[in-house]
Amino acid sequence: MRRQVPLIITFFIGALLIISVFIPPMTSLKETFTLYFDIIAVFAFFLGGGNLLRVHLSKLQGRKEDWGFSLVTVIGFAFMLTIGLFKIGNPGGISASITADDSLFQKLFNFVLVPLGSTMYALLAFFVASASYRAFRAKNREATILLIGAFIILLGRTPFGMMLTSWVPDQFSILQIPNLAIWVMNGPNLAGQRAIMIGIGLGVVSMSIRILLGIERSYLGEEQ
Amino acid sequence: MNWVPRIIAISGSDLGVIISLVVIGGGMIWLLLQSIKAGDVDRRIVFLFIFISVSVPILFPITFAETATPIVKKLYDRIEDLPEGSTVLISFDFDPAMAPEVQPMADAITRHCLVKNQKVIFMSLWATGQSLLNVTMQNVVKAEFPNKIYGVDYANLGYKAGNEGVLNVIVSNFRKMFPTDVNNVSLDSIPIFKRIRSCQDVNLIVSIGGGKPGVKEWILFVGDPGNVPIGCGVAAVVAPQLYPYYPKQLLGILGGIKGAAEYESELIHHYKQFAHVDTPGLRMMGPQTLAHVVIMAFIILGNISFFVARRRGRRQ
Repeated sequence: MRRQVPLIITFFIGALLIISVFIPPMTSLKETFTLYFDIIAVFAFFLGGGNLLRVHLSKLQGRKEDWGFSLVTVIGFAFMLTIGLFKIGNPGGISASITADDSLFQKLFNFVLVPLGSTMYALLAFFVASASYRAFRAKNREATILLIGAFIILLGRTPFGMMLTSWVPDQFSILQIPNLAIWVMNGPNLAGQRAIMIGIGLGVVSMSIRILLGIERSYLGEEQ
Repeated sequence: MNWVPRIIAISGSDLGVIISLVVIGGGMIWLLLQSIKAGDVDRRIVFLFIFISVSVPILFPITFAETATPIVKKLYDRIEDLPEGSTVLISFDFDPAMAPEVQPMADAITRHCLVKNQKVIFMSLWATGQSLLNVTMQNVVKAEFPNKIYGVDYANLGYKAGNEGVLNVIVSNFRKMFPTDVNNVSLDSIPIFKRIRSCQDVNLIVSIGGGKPGVKEWILFVGDPGNVPIGCGVAAVVAPQLYPYYPKQLLGILGGIKGAAEYESELIHHYKQFAHVDTPGLRMMGPQTLAHVVIMAFIILGNISFFVARRRGRRQ
């Protein structure tokens, strides 16, 4: 029974929602079930917060490696949660929006989280440069094509691309680097992306059918 | 397909240009000689050059003239052609990490909608988006358009948890998912929502972001089923994935800082009153351009040292 009941619920709800798409009076079911989903999803916030605390508190308790980072995480989590929940330092009080102008929560967000997040993302430039230096080498035909493509896009994304090829006559404007970059994006890139998307779409359909029919049961915590 | 730039010009500090060219150019020649002699360049040297190429144009600003490519121009033209009083929904679906790249797009599009006297609804599918949305409201809406009235000219719905579930509902009913705005005011008492029941009553949706939920979800759950035009501004790494949707399901794509710079440039070109507003997209094109040039130079160096090493190996 422990296995059969979830399978029956999955099949029944799945089939109902698929049928509801084709029967107009039943279309509101989609909205209703989405709201149910949202209510259930709210519990994921509790689960996520609880799990974060459990992992880092156990690290702190055992003084495990890098426990200092866990301490910062727990303090940061508790601090922001308290300010957000009780709207401490909120000019409009408890009834106003948490992101109201000049609220402490918004200030912490603007002056702590935004610079930290931007810094982390900016570091990518250094690693991308280092990785490009090592990876983009014309070792064989495929790598050479990749290298040429990367060069066209890199140049095409800067004004230098146009500066370098602005002398090309208008009848051959396709050879201007920005136009070549547009061609790379609209041609080879588009074809590749579309193929991947169609593949993913077919995969989603087949996986959904497997779940509805009870063939795929890994979501129940089983191997098969 | 083809586009011709309005102007190709570099402006800004001559000192910045000179320092950048001398340091980077000189360093690259030295590295070229080193590569021929000794092989691979230490990655710390790569980091140093990237640091110089990014920091010098920030300290001594270099700006380039930009012209909108067709994919950016189409979104610009759609907003430009919308009649006065149309409603545009802008969704801030990003986090602080992505903000430097996509927030300039959000600011420029908001500016464009408001100067055209269109009504703007702000919302977010990301928890972090609500605070970033506030930044745009503060820096653009309130600072540049003090005469616009909240509730009449613009409204803020804030963040709603539920990812694509939110879209699945608002495509047919806003009030079921957002009974109130961000300030707990009922949508029924906000004038802008008088004639708006669902996303299908909105004239244009612009999703700004680059993650999930984001542009793809807006297309799948709102654009296609509700027949609502959608445009987007996304991080550069995400833009190639969205090309299959363009131009039928996506009106236009602003990809990365370049997309933001092109949009800002188009806006300044047509609306002279914005000539002196902050344009972070155009400002950041200087560091990005130099960084790209340095990366390309390192790719060339890498290939030189690779071929030199291979030749030596064959000889031995």
